[in-house]
Amino acid sequence: MSSVLVFLEAKHNEISRISWEAMAAGHLLGSSLGLPVDLALVGATNNPIFGTIHGKAPRKVYAIDHTLLHGYTADGYTAACAQLIEHHKPAYVVFPHTYQVRDFAPKLATRFKQVLISDVTGIETGNPPTFIRQLLQGKLNAEYHYAGDAVCFLSVQAGAFRADAKEPGETILEPFLPSLDAAQIRVQAGEPFRASAQTVDLNSASILVSVGRGIKEQANLPIVEELAAALGAELAASRPICDAGWLPMERQVGSSGQTVAPKVYLAVGISGAIQHLVGMKGSQCIVAINKDENAPIFEVADYGIVGDLFEIVPALTAAVRKAKGA
Amino acid sequence: MNRSLSHQMKIIVAIKQVPERDARIRIDASGKWIDLQDVEFAMNESDAYALEEALQLKEAQGGEVIVLSAGPERVGRTIREALAKGADRAIHIESADEGELAKFDALGVARLLAAAIEGEQADLILTGLQSDDLGLGQTGVILAELLGLPHATLILKIEKTEQNSKQGIKVLRELEDGWFQHLELPTPAVLTIQSGNSKLRYATLMGIKRAKTKEVKTIPVSNLMSDPDPVQENPVVQLERVTLPSKQRTTQILGGTPAEAAAALVEKLQFEVRAI
Repeated sequence: MSSVLVFLEAKHNEISRISWEAMAAGHLLGSSLGLPVDLALVGATNNPIFGTIHGKAPRKVYAIDHTLLHGYTADGYTAACAQLIEHHKPAYVVFPHTYQVRDFAPKLATRFKQVLISDVTGIETGNPPTFIRQLLQGKLNAEYHYAGDAVCFLSVQAGAFRADAKEPGETILEPFLPSLDAAQIRVQAGEPFRASAQTVDLNSASILVSVGRGIKEQANLPIVEELAAALGAELAASRPICDAGWLPMERQVGSSGQTVAPKVYLAVGISGAIQHLVGMKGSQCIVAINKDENAPIFEVADYGIVGDLFEIVPALTAAVRKAKGA
Repeated sequence: MNRSLSHQMKIIVAIKQVPERDARIRIDASGKWIDLQDVEFAMNESDAYALEEALQLKEAQGGEVIVLSAGPERVGRTIREALAKGADRAIHIESADEGELAKFDALGVARLLAAAIEGEQADLILTGLQSDDLGLGQTGVILAELLGLPHATLILKIEKTEQNSKQGIKVLRELEDGWFQHLELPTPAVLTIQSGNSKLRYATLMGIKRAKTKEVKTIPVSNLMSDPDPVQENPVVQLERVTLPSKQRTTQILGGTPAEAAAALVEKLQFEVRAI
């Protein structure tokens, strides 16, 4: 029988938040199409992690177990997931859009002559459903349909779906033991490590002043540093600033950096590419200063000032100092 | 220099030409893409980093860098830019017009790329981790699967290795939240490159001059379609239409002079947000 199969991901031995969101997307698809929802997670059935599954109860949970899956490899995960899909024959396969999924899900879909609809931000239910994803760094939305007649693969963006509340129901936990051979795994993966001890904890700051490409040169950074100092804020940045070495990587906000949710997030010269937005859109109040009124950052901003940051930021610093009586 | 003992790498870099970051966004008459009139194009950012890594590997150990790109005639400019930066030759999969490639899904495009490099026997195939326009982030991984090669994504650094005369590479992969990982792969392999590891070079005047004499092999898309596999003609994923995004929050735009806007914002932060 056809179904929706959601692959969950564990991180530091916990099911990651984005996995619950993927599960909610799976339930949305399932309930609109009248399909049962099943889950899959790599691990042995006696792993206590399976007891932490909550939300709307799935019909079945597969515990995909094999010694060759103890560390992630694209070859191992692709082979194991492919075997489960062949066995279970779902109509839809839903993944959280994580770095790990980006590494193997396109390969898995290719094995079935399918294409992963990646980084989905919305689903309009219907038959077939419409999948929404962003183009041009978030400046455009696109609606996609699955036009094949086999299995449709999709991955959902962090924060795009709200995890479901707990609902009672019967779930069967079932081991799935793929047949894998060490020779299939061509890549040797080392242990994950952190480059350096994090000395800046952006999460403890109640105000973040975050700077992006619009600052143009490293020599211009003092104007945002002064604003941050006046506000008592921590300084953060978008990826290009850290790539250029103007600020250390530990100040980077976004999918490859930290995820933050301060009281105020002040984005200076940041256009708001998806990779940045996923790291800060949970902020309580977002302020954007940008010269381009169509910049995607304004889609998530509560307050916006359109104009030249080199004029606005110093004026803002002065106004903050005045308000604080400094 | 004696390099006869070490195996010289042949590296293919797949690059994409994309609309420039600040291109004006207007939806075209088809409703499926933006109006490309007056749009400037540039080399996709992470592909530029892939090219940089390839050029550095070549400079360190010798070898050949071949640029691969698909698109209409305009793509030739980005190819010349890559040649001017130091790539040795190029393969241009040329589409007849703006629409021809849009009919393919990611698998279809990857199949074209795979077909175009079939005879090259490259040691390494590099590409950026995702394009700045469609942002699918899949082409490299699909290409690896089609070619039956191992792959790794989000790579920052590449080192050559040799163990028991087996050629390979050791790479540094970026994980989420500031974590990293080393991976070892046998070659040939496919890598998708994350931006930021090296500073991008500029083309020198000499490079620009030399680029004019370098070989660009042009293959029309239609020549690569002889493959009887129906995947190319029937994309499994179809883009129906594009729309301008609707706002997720209502943004209050604070106008006036910089001083007026700044004063208004401070007032909001003080009395509405209560953050100052």
